[in-house]
Amino acid sequence: MKELKPALLLLLALTLVCGGLYPALVTGLAQALFPVQANGSLIAGPKGKAAGSLLIGQPFSEAKYLWPRPSATGGFPYNPLASGGANLSPAGAAYGETIAARLHRLQEAGMRGPIAADLVQASGSGLDPHISPHAAATQIRRIAQARGMREERVAAIVAAHLEPRQFGLLGEPRVNVLAVNLALDAAAP
Amino acid sequence: MDLLAWLQTGLVFGVLLLTIKPLGVYMAKVYGGRRTLLSPLLVPCENLLYRLGGVDADEEMGWQRYAVAMLLFNLAGLATLFALLCLQHLLPLNPRNLPPFTWQLALNTAASFVTNTNWQAYSGETAASYFIQVAGLTVQNFVAAASGMAVAIALIRGFARRRTALIGNFWVDLSRGVLYILLPFSLLAALALVSQGVIQNFSPYRSIPLLQPSAVDTPLGQATVTEATLPMGPVASQEAIKMLGTNGGGFFNANSAHPFENPTPLSHFLEILLMLLIPAAFTHTFGLMVGNARQGWTLLAIMLLLLMASFVLLHWAEVGGTAPLARVGIAGGNLEGKEIRFSLAATSLFEAVTTATSCGAVAAMHDSLTPLGGLVPLSLMLLGEVVFGGVGAGLATMLAFAVIAVFIAGLMIGRTPEYLGKKIEVLEMWMAMVVVLAAGAVVLAFSAIAMTTISAVAATANGGAHGLSEILYAFASMANNNGSAFAGLNAGLDFYTLLGAVAMLIGRFVPAVAMLAMAGSLAAKKYVPPSLGTLPTDKAPFALWLVLVILIVGALTFFPALALGPIADHLTMAGVR
Repeated sequence: MKELKPALLLLLALTLVCGGLYPALVTGLAQALFPVQANGSLIAGPKGKAAGSLLIGQPFSEAKYLWPRPSATGGFPYNPLASGGANLSPAGAAYGETIAARLHRLQEAGMRGPIAADLVQASGSGLDPHISPHAAATQIRRIAQARGMREERVAAIVAAHLEPRQFGLLGEPRVNVLAVNLALDAAAP
Repeated sequence: MDLLAWLQTGLVFGVLLLTIKPLGVYMAKVYGGRRTLLSPLLVPCENLLYRLGGVDADEEMGWQRYAVAMLLFNLAGLATLFALLCLQHLLPLNPRNLPPFTWQLALNTAASFVTNTNWQAYSGETAASYFIQVAGLTVQNFVAAASGMAVAIALIRGFARRRTALIGNFWVDLSRGVLYILLPFSLLAALALVSQGVIQNFSPYRSIPLLQPSAVDTPLGQATVTEATLPMGPVASQEAIKMLGTNGGGFFNANSAHPFENPTPLSHFLEILLMLLIPAAFTHTFGLMVGNARQGWTLLAIMLLLLMASFVLLHWAEVGGTAPLARVGIAGGNLEGKEIRFSLAATSLFEAVTTATSCGAVAAMHDSLTPLGGLVPLSLMLLGEVVFGGVGAGLATMLAFAVIAVFIAGLMIGRTPEYLGKKIEVLEMWMAMVVVLAAGAVVLAFSAIAMTTISAVAATANGGAHGLSEILYAFASMANNNGSAFAGLNAGLDFYTLLGAVAMLIGRFVPAVAMLAMAGSLAAKKYVPPSLGTLPTDKAPFALWLVLVILIVGALTFFPALALGPIADHLTMAGVR
């Protein structure tokens, strides 16, 4: 048991280094170098107060707003305290029924033509802030009608919030739903 | 796959290949006690650690002593983390006044983080305080990874040394792994991740008004939600070591699918790279330490081949979409449980890499992969985490497979089994079998117990063949110290937390001790120079043979279970209504 003493003492010392010094150092540097990102990439709302995070989606169901993807978080959709997916197996009956129900709801709302795959399938985090450009395009007419705006104007606002592939290579082009909806409210309250 | 998907994948592997040589050389220097770029800064810290711990850095250990030190250190870590989790309510940095973990969950979580598994039967954002996250979980992310690396280094020394009983000093290997390798790279990675939007603060959770108040059904009738609570915390510091140490335990429930853990395509790219960095470089460190770099490149080539094949199969299955989508004419692949920002190809790559290395972080929900897609991560774990595998542990397991391959080949062609100039004899074979079969035996036995336990079967989210897949996946993940999940399974059930803790501990420490015993036996042997009768182990035929041995051992052990789980699941999918 000669090794018990170094086991306990090294655990304590490494706890201080890896669990104290290291997180403190990262926090200090992060707050100094990237304060916006380190604190959640918050965006200002109409009254100057934080309206949310650019990275965390919010639920939208009214016709005048751009709709996000379905969310399977507990409590309510896009609940940031309950991140997670539906964990439905694509081979199971529940999955087929869920897809059909989500599709039905979109068609009820007047969506026509090919429906974007992301609008009928929930994300893994349940907090996905983005939808595909295709999913956004199929909602422009509904939003324009609900707000009494011209479709071109809505399309321009959506286009202004299109995030391209990073460095033209990584990821997928996507539209930030919350950013578009804040811009829509600002343009035609 | 389209051109962009190939480019994105090619970029990951291209950058990885560029890092292997310098990092492999650096790690060989670190564990050899030679001077490195960071020595002026870190040697004083290292010596201070030894003085504090009462360690004589120049004193080497035999394999028994090395194993005792490793086990005692991990036992101390297990007990400490267990105590911290049970006393969470009394500890500082708990702005939400979270209650303590139950003892069952605390035991499961402590076993999980000490064994580098990082299986999580709790949701980080609602169960763990900042103190637990940094002083408990982040610390184990570092030291569990460094323990695994130390065991691998000791095994490599066994092959490299001649006629000695000594395989190194555990305390030195542990300290150097943390100080020279894990800490500096984690620091850089954490800052890179913050630049992309991973949060890093100790602020209380933030209340945010919802732009559109949302109506929800509650048991008490309709209610309106007008605000949401954004979780905060020191995420980046944990995220970096979570990936670099192939730990995989998420700060949040959704793990690397959560936008605060993995906000952009670039952070996604970095996280994939971080998982592969050390396991890949370890192959070169191995080659250098045994004095023949080609031996390392051979193992690397095998790992790359198996990983690429797995990725292509997984990606093909996911792009193909699902029967219910095809019926309503929706194209675009299976996006259930996946995020938009990463792209489908990069998501598939992440999921293949996270189960090839024993990381277990997820950027998509594995339960919602197509049956054939889900077969890939499950198989990668069941093969014993040798396709890169966990830091250290993966290479060591691969070496055990190489010993077995050499032995079988020796029997078939009538040559004395030798590997790296060491005769493979009874003890080495026994230990290699223990390393290779321990986890598999646990997976099959424990899954069988679960399938005959009513409450354990009832805890599955999807019934039928997929339910079996969920259970098989859970024990495959825990026994092989991966940590990812088919998350529909209610892992919080006492049955799974307690049996799972046993599975994780056996899966980690039984092979680790066997590896050290093999190291001790090998180190004592004399070197046999290669002769005409020696099977060359750094050439393509042996590489191919080793792949076959890995696949045959895996298939013989698990094919029946896989046939009843994911394969039956796939064959019945077409009939879903």
